[in-house]
Amino acid sequence: MKLDRPDDRGRFGAYGGRFAPETLMPALDELERAFEKAWADDSFVTRYKELLNTYVGRPTPQHLAPRLSEHLGVTVLLKREDLAHTGAHKINNAIGQGMLVQVMGKRRLIAETGAGQHGVATATAAAYFGLECAIYMGQKDIERQRLNVYRMRLLGAEVIPVTSGAGTLKDATNEAMREWVRSVEYTHYTIGSVVGPHPFPWIVREFQKVIGEESIAQLGDLRPDVVVACVGGGSNAAGIFYPYLDTGADLVGVEAGGLGIETGKHGASIGAGTPGVLHGSRTYMLQDADGQVIEAHSVSAGLDYPGVGPEHSYFADQGMARYESVTDEEALDAVDLLAKTEGIIPAIESAHAIAWVARERTALAGKTVLINLSGRGDKDVEQIARIRGMA
Amino acid sequence: MGADRLRELFATTRAENRTAFLPFMTAGLPNPDESLSVFASIEGADAFEVGIPYSDPLMDGPTIQAAGQAALKAGTSLSRGLSIASEVTQTTGKPVIIMTYANVVFQVTPARFAAMAADAGASAVIVADLPIDEAAPIQSAVEAAGLGMVLFVAPTTDERRISDIVAANPVFVYGVAELGVTGERTASGGHAANLSKRVRAASDVPLVMGVGISTPEQAAAMRPFADGVIVGSALVRPVLEASTIEAARRDVASISRKIAEALR
Repeated sequence: MKLDRPDDRGRFGAYGGRFAPETLMPALDELERAFEKAWADDSFVTRYKELLNTYVGRPTPQHLAPRLSEHLGVTVLLKREDLAHTGAHKINNAIGQGMLVQVMGKRRLIAETGAGQHGVATATAAAYFGLECAIYMGQKDIERQRLNVYRMRLLGAEVIPVTSGAGTLKDATNEAMREWVRSVEYTHYTIGSVVGPHPFPWIVREFQKVIGEESIAQLGDLRPDVVVACVGGGSNAAGIFYPYLDTGADLVGVEAGGLGIETGKHGASIGAGTPGVLHGSRTYMLQDADGQVIEAHSVSAGLDYPGVGPEHSYFADQGMARYESVTDEEALDAVDLLAKTEGIIPAIESAHAIAWVARERTALAGKTVLINLSGRGDKDVEQIARIRGMA
Repeated sequence: MGADRLRELFATTRAENRTAFLPFMTAGLPNPDESLSVFASIEGADAFEVGIPYSDPLMDGPTIQAAGQAALKAGTSLSRGLSIASEVTQTTGKPVIIMTYANVVFQVTPARFAAMAADAGASAVIVADLPIDEAAPIQSAVEAAGLGMVLFVAPTTDERRISDIVAANPVFVYGVAELGVTGERTASGGHAANLSKRVRAASDVPLVMGVGISTPEQAAAMRPFADGVIVGSALVRPVLEASTIEAARRDVASISRKIAEALR
């Protein structure tokens, strides 16, 4: 059953909750109250939609991908979140949370980032609203997503390298949480995905559901049989799935298969993980028998994460959506495929969704498939050139 | 046994009008084989807080993070960590409190975790990322095994939450003395005195202050209002930095002795 919002304890069925240090609990309560009030306030919602239209560039286009469709024998529709301001869907949430911070009267934003898209979006919102900004980013991700590091600095944000763990998104999230514990009195933690302690998974889904709502309103004669989105933490997938739950379309989330599930080097938290507590909520995650978190692996920094949003865990258990995976290699091939058939360079994250459709084209023959193209690939060009030996 | 040992400890320290010293040390540091000797080098402890290392310790600063990583890398499993705790209480005769994170407890199940901690002779359990709102399944398992549950109160906690927290009957309240994660600080935010007043207004439950207390002076400043003081990073850091186990033991002994003296 589709849940408008999590229950009183912040749970989507058995998942979610609020496993956070006591220091943060009052801030989480405050945030929940502020969001409830704002989201029920017509003037807030009107202002949010106005900013999405005038500043973010919404509605983003949705269109048929003719040459890709012909190539695959599957009718493919693309929802072009890559054309939103800053180049990905992350801006929908960053602008929404930026507005909330105005309401709450805090003066500083912090955020974690993997691919750098959420960091850029948060730095953008901070500049737009005149707030201080610090972005936590794993050292490994700083190296593989350098373009976005320059962008964040240009936007006036401080980028703080995180060297603990594997130096990826999980570690950046840990460090951002720790910084929030220190500075909670004047800082808002702008979490970037549908993860974290309640109310974050709910807030981020609400700010991202515009993707699916808009997509449904943009449909012409073609109705998607299948809606596909990549899943790391799962914000773009939550944003498109949630409105489509009412349409009867099959919903498919594509996790990072990395070097292959059998190698143990992947980011398939639902596909190969078990329920546990990560970053403040109960959800599927990668862990060992003692409950130690296992490092994820993915060629895409945005999917290189050993957990997933609690609502996706709920969708998976309820059979409301299903979760598949594709490998690094399949995703890189899909970047190439979309670039050469449609003239669009997708983010490696988003390419996971394309790769799944390409791999399953026989089973999908004759069907209409909607792919959420969550971000553009400019940030990945240097990394792809290096991997493919084109540099 | 169990929680009663801690209740007796705080009854005694109150009767003696002094503040108990509860040093924290990561189990398995620098490695499981030499860990007991590090605990044994701590002087003047009234009880020990034994940290079961966790891969993603959100409430800990760089020192205890590094200690946890080193202990895990050296092969400190949950069962090995608890056997070190067991040896600590047996060899010192002092109560031990097990500190870890929620995922470690949930992965083995709260009932099994509580049974393992009880078998190790522990007196209480602290879970750093477990607010009262989520505590029930773990607290009931821990108490069913005869152990005490420790709950947190922070400078940001309001009166309504304080009243809920003390009503849950923790064996002691862990007062978060500073905003932020564990670690050494030169300056204090000055939250501790006010926090203790607010807890005392609600209950006479034992109040132990921790987070950001690393020097004898900072520990002594807690004497007027705290039943106990937890010192962690200041004791863990020399173990990470020392070139030999003997040097580590000597440094830990010296620092702990000074803190214990400051609390007398």
